[in-house]
Amino acid sequence: MAVLVIADHDNTAVRDTTLKTVTAAQKLSGDIDVLVLGQNARPAADAAARIAGVRKVLLAESPALGKMIAEAVTDVVVPLAANYDAILTPATSAGKNFSPRIAAKLDVMQITDVIEILDANTFVRPIYAGNALETVTSSDAKKVITVRPTVFKAAGEGGAAPVEIVSATGDAPKTRFVGEEVVKSDRPELGAAKIVVSGGRALGSAEEFQRVIEPLADKLGAAVGASRAAVDAGYAPNDYQVGQTGKVVAPDLYLAIGISGAIQHLAGMKDSKVIVAINKDGDAPIFSVADYGLVADYKTAVPELMDELSKLGK
Amino acid sequence: MKVLVPVKRVIDYNVKVRVKPDQSGVDLANVKMSMNPFDEIATEEAVRMKEKGAATEVVVVSIGPQPAQETIRTALAMGADRGLLIQTDQTVEPLAVAKLLKAVVEQEQPGLVIMGKQAIDDDNNATGQMLAALLDWPQATFASKIELNGASAANVTREVDGGLQTLEVQLPAIVTADLRLNEPRYASLPNIMKAKKKPIDVKSPGDFGVDITPRLKVSKVTEPPKRQGGVKVESVADLVMRLKNEAGVL
Repeated sequence: MAVLVIADHDNTAVRDTTLKTVTAAQKLSGDIDVLVLGQNARPAADAAARIAGVRKVLLAESPALGKMIAEAVTDVVVPLAANYDAILTPATSAGKNFSPRIAAKLDVMQITDVIEILDANTFVRPIYAGNALETVTSSDAKKVITVRPTVFKAAGEGGAAPVEIVSATGDAPKTRFVGEEVVKSDRPELGAAKIVVSGGRALGSAEEFQRVIEPLADKLGAAVGASRAAVDAGYAPNDYQVGQTGKVVAPDLYLAIGISGAIQHLAGMKDSKVIVAINKDGDAPIFSVADYGLVADYKTAVPELMDELSKLGK
Repeated sequence: MKVLVPVKRVIDYNVKVRVKPDQSGVDLANVKMSMNPFDEIATEEAVRMKEKGAATEVVVVSIGPQPAQETIRTALAMGADRGLLIQTDQTVEPLAVAKLLKAVVEQEQPGLVIMGKQAIDDDNNATGQMLAALLDWPQATFASKIELNGASAANVTREVDGGLQTLEVQLPAIVTADLRLNEPRYASLPNIMKAKKKPIDVKSPGDFGVDITPRLKVSKVTEPPKRQGGVKVESVADLVMRLKNEAGVL
């Protein structure tokens, strides 16, 4: 049985999410091909070829694929599907967009957000915002799977797979890319950062969020996150959102500042290695998951934390 | 232009979910049920289109047990015109829902389908994309803004990793709603009363000739491993010392 992994990449390199999805694929098969879709994405395909354990890399390019338009992606993947028993995609916003479209075209029920692969047909996935885990057995001959990357280890380097060009048009005749607003930031990407500093509703305003959370994140070389409450209140942009309806993160250190710890937020960060909570309400649910809790007002605690970190040379 | 809005009855998002001791599923007995929050946003968007004169009729469809009529009534009270319940007590997976919705679309011929990006019970985030695939329609998922360009196209701004993307899709199309598309209204009492008189048609999956047999068999549902709470520290200095020496993360 062979497995196809659809890569998440930035044209020059594959993202960590791809390496983790390759590890998930290894639970199913030793014959793993990686499909790189994009435009001017040859460097990313070369990077994919260096992933340990990859048999070959397929590269398809078009303007629509450069924007990962779902219709174009589906157009390329569906004809390739005959060669594979499973198609795995990291559960990023792009993957979540196109993978179900591929599944439906193949008349397959997608297995979404897989966190554990028990055998070729049996998978564990979170439901109800991570408040329950279901074990499902698929009766579909072909599997279409999205993988929650945070729970798998990244595959290593050391491969030397050939890169083949796929001659598909990769068109999306009824969809036109108009534009994008990408948040430019020198900070690490939220999904891949080793440290995440998140702020909650207690911050009270967008100005306060920027004044308190962002300098602390920069001092730690951390990504910035936010609770849904803070995002809904307009204190932070939506792509900062950590939680079931936002990003699922699992950094080495997660600092929750003024976050009460709603279930849906906990679902997005509870796999972090070390969780620190600073909140003035000692009964806040966030403390039930925090390794280190400090019952204090962030207004005094964060400046003190900045000072202590400075003493450490941060 | 007619707008179709599929809605799902789910456990209310404020309810604490409990796994049954026999691991057969989640306890839904005597639990408050509501419209899936993302579907409320979809309904609101469709109703606003009608209020602005861009939509002529808003049709709401739900697939589920008999009480899903209440969910349809909620949408009618928000301003939708009529409802359709495809009644079944069976589990219906996104693929089967998409097949049923395809049949509904073929009957109703809407110019636009707006639906929630994800149901908060099974968290699949798949039905809209699957419906688009089966119809061969363009899709614009995770929408935070929809601007109609007449009845032939729509500009949809999408929430994606790292920012926003805007696509122009030709109509008919599928749009799935993200949280920031709008803030759904509360239905007023007069509108709730009016909704009681709006028609709801009831059909069965068999009426559409769709096989809804699940492809995934759920063998067990368990609670996630509990994370142990740790210690409360007394001071920031103590915290930093422990993060450096004990946890080794600084």
